[in-house]
Amino acid sequence: MKRKHWTVIIFFGLFIVACQKDDAITTEIEKWLGFVKPAHFPEPEYNLQNNPVTKEGFELGRALFYEPRLSRNNTITCGSCHIQSSAFTQHGHDVSHGIDDRLGTRNSPPIMNLAWNKAFMWGGGVYDLDLQPIIPITAHEEMDDNVANVMNKIRSLPKYQAMFKAAFGSEEVTTARFMKALSQFMIMCISSNAKYDKIIRKEPGFSFTEEEEQGYQLFLQKCASCHTEPLFTDNNFRNNGLGISPINDQGLYNATLQETDKYKFKVPSLRNLRYTAPYMHDGRFLNLNAVLRHYHEEVVETPNLDPLLKGIKLGIELPESDRSKIIAFLNTLNDEHFINNPLLAEQ
Amino acid sequence: MIIGTIFMITACSKEDDVAPDFEEKNLAPLSIEFDNIVGDRTFSINNTGSLYTNSNGEKFSISMLQYFISNIKVSTADGITYTVNQDSSYFLINGADRASRFTRVRVPEGDYTKLTFTLGVDSLRSTMPVDKRTGVLDPALGGGGHDGGGMYWGWNSGYIFFKFEGNSSVISNDTSGDPTGKKQFKYHIGGFGGYSAPTINNIKTITVDLTNAGIARVRKDRQSNIHLFVDIMKVFDGTNRISIARNPNVMFSEFSVNIAANLTEMFKHDHTEN
Repeated sequence: MKRKHWTVIIFFGLFIVACQKDDAITTEIEKWLGFVKPAHFPEPEYNLQNNPVTKEGFELGRALFYEPRLSRNNTITCGSCHIQSSAFTQHGHDVSHGIDDRLGTRNSPPIMNLAWNKAFMWGGGVYDLDLQPIIPITAHEEMDDNVANVMNKIRSLPKYQAMFKAAFGSEEVTTARFMKALSQFMIMCISSNAKYDKIIRKEPGFSFTEEEEQGYQLFLQKCASCHTEPLFTDNNFRNNGLGISPINDQGLYNATLQETDKYKFKVPSLRNLRYTAPYMHDGRFLNLNAVLRHYHEEVVETPNLDPLLKGIKLGIELPESDRSKIIAFLNTLNDEHFINNPLLAEQ
Repeated sequence: MIIGTIFMITACSKEDDVAPDFEEKNLAPLSIEFDNIVGDRTFSINNTGSLYTNSNGEKFSISMLQYFISNIKVSTADGITYTVNQDSSYFLINGADRASRFTRVRVPEGDYTKLTFTLGVDSLRSTMPVDKRTGVLDPALGGGGHDGGGMYWGWNSGYIFFKFEGNSSVISNDTSGDPTGKKQFKYHIGGFGGYSAPTINNIKTITVDLTNAGIARVRKDRQSNIHLFVDIMKVFDGTNRISIARNPNVMFSEFSVNIAANLTEMFKHDHTEN
């Protein structure tokens, strides 16, 4: 065989290899896994059968989530107060600021693992994720628009006509489609890849440090009855003994008018605390030390104080020596993959 | 005996209004007219030139009236009850839109002596997925907020059953009245009993006996119309006497049950057009 032939064959071979590699990469990027329940998570609360997550539906939901036309003057998106790099909260703000920099009364909660949520908002009242977005869209200090008007704005854009068609089969924009698309995006915001998760899943190469392990044991003794694994919330509403705020926010009571619900707020997850300060429904604590000090010595006996905080003394015994260990454990719940996941980012 | 029977048959065949046999599938049109009135006067929106006066002597004008009527049922003298298909049984009566006063349904041909309906939206529908909230139940209707024409409370996923707003000079300008100085009263009555935890339930089932003012003879070839007067003055002058000055704003609160109780007294059967 002449040398020329060899060259051709070698070139040809290289080309094939290159092609295969390219294909593999393309496949990897385009592979749509849909909604996948993390192995160590319970069954979701969200009714996925009524709204199966599709790639097109998710992409529409993501576009709507980052769409400023959801607000009166087209300035505020859902992502304005739920910023991915802050684990979908508004880091650094005790209460979030919305349209025209108006301030609300509560700390913006994370868009995280919502498929496992039974109730929404710090004070409850909403029990179906598909009905939640009506609140921020219409709230005076958030987006200050109305749903019908927002849908009209969306309807007029060719981009959304194509996206609704791809997601739901026709260009028609209905309340149900609009809300379901947003839900598809929101339930895909799953945080399950913190160091803790890798250890629980027994992934090779991951283990707690001694301090983290001690913190985990303390957590199990002193925190886990409300902040239940693996979501780190029991989804209940409880009064954790915060002194009553100047605006006298009565929490769950506002939605139920039951005396026994006064000053109860939703138990928040403890995931991604590194990115989500400040803490509590009104963002009163700037760091975790302040939170732990609250439980140790600042719990106030207000109506309906949680029985778990009423022992020999009010609160939970959390001396300083315990706090650093617990914080070391809590740091294993920070999920860098979640806050950097390009799928969840504004495109 | 034979003669008697023949005579009866003849009589029957002459009488063309005999009730047909009840057949579920044999549907014919029926409307129930919710004709709003205010005490002894006709209802009008923005009646600022001719105010209404309640029994407390408080003068007022009306700027908005909207309420849900749902789950319509009719019963015959024999006690057979027909429930209108639920998906076709939600209506929003808007005081500003005369055409909205008719709730049009289809029921089997027959003679009906009793009408039952819900003032508000039943708790089952109030907890249904967003797909089932279409038509007048679309949370986006009226903007999806409780301001303006909206009949949906986003923060508790529930509907406002009865929305009544207006103005009265008796309202103070401080926070116990209307701090904007517009002297507005707002009654937004709702509360379906709670999604998972119990709360106030202001859903009211109203039953109207039609025997005195005229039973509904529903036939395919005509439009039977049960004409109800809905006396909005009962909001103030029902069993519970409500003062506009003392309670100018009643929304989701314990006090709302007092107004909700009055609402059941608004409906009076005036006549039936057959």
